Amino acid sequence: MQTFNFLKPNRSNIKNYSIIGSFLVLVSLIDVISNAFLKINLTSFLPGSITTLFPLITGLIGLNMMRIDYSGNKTLDLLNKNINTNNFNALLTLLILFSIIKALPQSLSWMIFDATISGDSKDACTGTGACWTYIKVWFRRFMYGMYPNEFHWRINTAFILVIAFGFVGYFMKENLKKYLALYYVIIYPVIAYLVIYYLISGGSFGLQWVETGAWGGLSLTFIVSFFCLIFCFPLGMIFALGRRSSLPAIKYISICYIEFWRGVPLITVLFMSSVMFPMFLPEDFFMDKLVRVIIAITLFEAAYCAEVIRGGLQSLPRGQYDAAKSLGMGYWKMHIFVILPQALKLVIPGIANTFLALVKDTPLIFVVGLAELAGMLALAKTNPKWLGFAMEGYIFASIIFWIICYAMSKYSYNLEAKYKTER
Amino acid sequence: MNNIIKKFIPQILAILFVVLIFGFLTMNAQTNMDNRGIDFGFGFLSQESSFDVQFSLIEYSGSDSYARAFLVGLLNTLLVSFISIIICTILGVIIGVARLSSNYLIKNSAAWYVEFFRNIPLLLQIFFWYYAALRALPLPEKANAWFGVTYMTVKGYYIPAMVWENLNIFLYCGLAAIIAIILLRNYANKLRDNEGKQIPVLLYSISLLIVLPLLSFLFGGVSLGFELPELKKLSKISYIYEGGISLPPELIALVLALSLYTSTFVAECVRAGIEGVSKGQKEAAASVGLTPNQVLKLVIMPQALRIIIPPTTNQYLNLTKNSSLAAAIAYPDLVLVFAGTALMQTGKAIEIVSITMLTYLSISLTIAAIMNWYNKKIEIKEK
Repeated sequence: MQTFNFLKPNRSNIKNYSIIGSFLVLVSLIDVISNAFLKINLTSFLPGSITTLFPLITGLIGLNMMRIDYSGNKTLDLLNKNINTNNFNALLTLLILFSIIKALPQSLSWMIFDATISGDSKDACTGTGACWTYIKVWFRRFMYGMYPNEFHWRINTAFILVIAFGFVGYFMKENLKKYLALYYVIIYPVIAYLVIYYLISGGSFGLQWVETGAWGGLSLTFIVSFFCLIFCFPLGMIFALGRRSSLPAIKYISICYIEFWRGVPLITVLFMSSVMFPMFLPEDFFMDKLVRVIIAITLFEAAYCAEVIRGGLQSLPRGQYDAAKSLGMGYWKMHIFVILPQALKLVIPGIANTFLALVKDTPLIFVVGLAELAGMLALAKTNPKWLGFAMEGYIFASIIFWIICYAMSKYSYNLEAKYKTER
Repeated sequence: MNNIIKKFIPQILAILFVVLIFGFLTMNAQTNMDNRGIDFGFGFLSQESSFDVQFSLIEYSGSDSYARAFLVGLLNTLLVSFISIIICTILGVIIGVARLSSNYLIKNSAAWYVEFFRNIPLLLQIFFWYYAALRALPLPEKANAWFGVTYMTVKGYYIPAMVWENLNIFLYCGLAAIIAIILLRNYANKLRDNEGKQIPVLLYSISLLIVLPLLSFLFGGVSLGFELPELKKLSKISYIYEGGISLPPELIALVLALSLYTSTFVAECVRAGIEGVSKGQKEAAASVGLTPNQVLKLVIMPQALRIIIPPTTNQYLNLTKNSSLAAAIAYPDLVLVFAGTALMQTGKAIEIVSITMLTYLSISLTIAAIMNWYNKKIEIKEK
């Protein structure tokens, strides 16, 4: 006859324990699920406080009973090892599971089941859920700002062209590859600038002129971060080398530059570019606000870039420098062919982080009156026809930025793995 | 000769370049200011500011000077940074440790928390909390009491204010407790080094910290009362809480966004620090007979902290600088009060923007200097 020892599982009653344990856990989960999804309280016959704690208590007892070392059941062992190593872990596991289950129906119904997407005015949104109609109607504004609707193809074409020119480096012939850096540092920015100037700004070739004040939305975010990215990297490299230079004047100029920009917040830099910088320009010289902002962000991020690159330079062993010197290489030859290729490989994650920070900083240009995505959201939010949809707008923008940034960080991991060499 | 040219030509060129740029810019500024009839100077700081600030830690009204407005802004910046740093440290440590948990669910929830909050621009997060999340809170008259005495409403968070009597005696007692603890620790260290005896320092310290201030209540005539926020009718439909301390929604949104965002970075620092201590250290410590607590306290933490602290300080600095985003939701911080309102009123763009930047710069450099000193102190001293 099987004896049922309630205190301690042993070889003979493992099965009973695991079955009763999993049953209890199941009961607690069913209780929470029915409570959350179907709004049925299965344990309403119990007194108040016990009702709320019931699933937690049963779940804990169940997990405690299930916790059997080397039970022989693979699934059970796996479960125990991963989510049920001790009572504290079991408690946290249950709490996480319960909060996910509790939050799921509310957020799902708000975001999907009760949400509206049909129609094209606020009146369509009568339900209790989200109003995605708002996003649908404003979508073009969020993407292109106040840029005239009929010219949106110009922005799209410009972006496709810029991306296409960016890929040219991949298809360059082997004997041209040595000019790759030259292409990306000097020729490519010029091409990109010309493309964006002639296509998006227009004014010639029969294209109507659109002033930068009308640019906006996500496309402006892309334009600003693109130019800042390609300019801040070479500039950062110069200052990184400068800070490591043996010539005191160059070294201290670089240190001052880097420490100054790293010490001030970007928002004050933007303020400076919009209110203080015009004072420092010659009288009849006009510089577009967008250009000023791009210069400001580039100068700012270059300092961070420089510090990251300096980290890479510092982590190279002295032997590399000595070996290059003993081959008779000069300063520039040594850095271009020996030091920088290795150092830049090392700092890929850091550079990627800087670029990520840059992309995340671009919404800040909102404070100087350029309406990129965050700015357009603020505009849409105060539109009298569309009051009260701030939540949808910010969730939409957050999702877009999240996807961009997450993709960038994943890509940097790939890049890091690709260029990882044994050292 | 060749060497000298190589050394001096680039330096002279660099210096010349910098001088030329600065010269060009100041010359332009000079002519521009002359043309517009603006004169350069910091005299405006003592003038009457004649604007009001919504939220201030010190007494401030429109009749005070611009210098005082600057101080109000600076204090507000420091306040929001201070609160956020505390919260983000607590959250960051919890999440960082959770990322190393053996529990699959905890580990992954922590990882997703980090991925989620790190990849959304801070400004959007601030906007989300301020314009979307906090606007969904109830009106003052419909708010439920949290913990019985605090009210979270759309107009802000109302908490009871503390009314002290003989506060200075209480503070002296606290100071005395801290001094006593330092002396006790020194004594305990000496005892351990010389005689090998251990005394439970932590227990004694905590009891000292409780007992001495408690004594001040019993014998020092210190008393503490609470002023509770009370609902008051302003007009037919508008209510407001009076009494107590009210934290404006701008502050709450800012603290939430800053601490959630920065906590992800702190969490990564903490994780890297704990992972950076080699497993052999832990095993070696356990094999000489230290208890798990001692292993953590005496072996793991000192080494992990050495890795954690420098990047974490960097994050604190970033947080302080990021708090300037407050200007976007009209929280009266340094940037909004000084580089915003004061600049609009006086038109002294160059002076005001430079003062603002220099203030942030000096905060950064001071903390960086302290951190460098601390790093030097704790770095491994090889014999």
